Amino acid sequence: MFKEVVIPAGANKGVFLLAPLVTTTLALSAWAVMPVAEGWVIADINVGVLYIFAISSLGVYGIIMGGWASNSKYPFLGALRSAAQMVSYEVSIGFVIITVLLFAGTLNLSEIVAAQRSEWGMFGWYWSLLFPSFVIFFISTLAETNRPPFDLPEAESELVAGYMVEYSSTPYLMFMLGEYVSIVMMCAFMTVLFLGGWLPPFEVAPFTWVPGVVWFLGKVVFLFFMIAMVKAFVPRYRYDQLMRLGWKVFLPISLFLVVAVSAYLVFTDSLPA
Amino acid sequence: MAIATVFFYLFAATMIGSALMVIASRNPVHSVLFLILTFVNAAGLFIIVGAEFLALILIIVYVGAVAVLFLFVVMMLDVDFAELREGFLEYLPVGGLVGFILLIELLMVIGAWVVAPEATSIVAKPIPADGVTNTEALGRLLYTDYIYYFQAAGMVLLVAMIGAIVLTLHHRPNVKRQDISAQVARDPFEAVTLKDVKPGQGISL
Repeated sequence: MFKEVVIPAGANKGVFLLAPLVTTTLALSAWAVMPVAEGWVIADINVGVLYIFAISSLGVYGIIMGGWASNSKYPFLGALRSAAQMVSYEVSIGFVIITVLLFAGTLNLSEIVAAQRSEWGMFGWYWSLLFPSFVIFFISTLAETNRPPFDLPEAESELVAGYMVEYSSTPYLMFMLGEYVSIVMMCAFMTVLFLGGWLPPFEVAPFTWVPGVVWFLGKVVFLFFMIAMVKAFVPRYRYDQLMRLGWKVFLPISLFLVVAVSAYLVFTDSLPA
Repeated sequence: MAIATVFFYLFAATMIGSALMVIASRNPVHSVLFLILTFVNAAGLFIIVGAEFLALILIIVYVGAVAVLFLFVVMMLDVDFAELREGFLEYLPVGGLVGFILLIELLMVIGAWVVAPEATSIVAKPIPADGVTNTEALGRLLYTDYIYYFQAAGMVLLVAMIGAIVLTLHHRPNVKRQDISAQVARDPFEAVTLKDVKPGQGISL
């Protein structure tokens, strides 16, 4: 914390220092609408899903600004990669969110969790109804938060540390803080959308004794563990393969899922009111 | 209400200030960053009047996607500031004339502005009175009353997208392309051949 901040001579000073601030602030501000238990939410707004989507789409600015302002080769290449990568995977994330919204019929995160409560317990949550969506969302989350195998903006074997090469001490710390907070945030978002938020797996005695926040945290930690495990055993993608996966595989599948889910809901007359 | 007023002036002042900086800053990347600040403040103003759906869509579409591409392109440009300044005096008379004419026209339009009397009665509040959320009200309006206009707008965008692809896609000959399914379908029997090399004789491949 008290180490000296080294600013490169050729760097654009204002933007250089603004970039880590933007990353951290955005990552932390998304938590405002996240319900961790029944009624435990700071801002219970009606467009919570859109808010989180908007905040996570802004996350790319921290990286682009940091990469550009460093005024050197590797950060700039990292920034360019991240810009293309995060924008492409946002598209399929958006479509996947739409499939969940079609089932839930609301943009409010607490109501999405409430809509997953059924007599089926954990098998009534959206991960089982929308399993392909869940898988696509999980993989897109890895790309959106620049986790391995999609950590091309900071691929150390090609770009040293990508957009973070020129950063030291506190700005570097804020980049890392923002990155990890946004990973946990995306895990929490996935928990709300697919894993029933604070709901216990079954609505029977030993499970209902445990408070909702514990279930919520347990699910978040489980998803974080999954992301860490992917990092441990999947090799890094090549950049063109990453783009191909995003645009030629996930986008058509998620678009098809939107059509299929809405057709199912219309023909079985089970659209939410 | 006092807090809303304070935030209105905060957002409005920041918005005008950053909009000015878009055209005033020397560095084009700074211009784009100020443009983004302008968009974000406009979203703040939308939230103050209660149009939260529009505000977030503005952020997602303009800030999250369009401005990223702007920034992307501007960062890649190699702008020569000395050359720009050289041309400045040369184009000043023409540019100044065009600007002056536009200013006069704008002033005339603003001077002759009359709000139609029936317009004030059809101005609707962004929040409908009957407890429907903003998003639902917008959806009902778009997908029931104005569905044909909505579809037509979609078609226009589709045509624009196809046009952009047609204009930029060139199929050049002799370009190696990756065929993922062919790669995955390869097996050792067709990829590797076993050659028995007799001692003392070479083989020709």
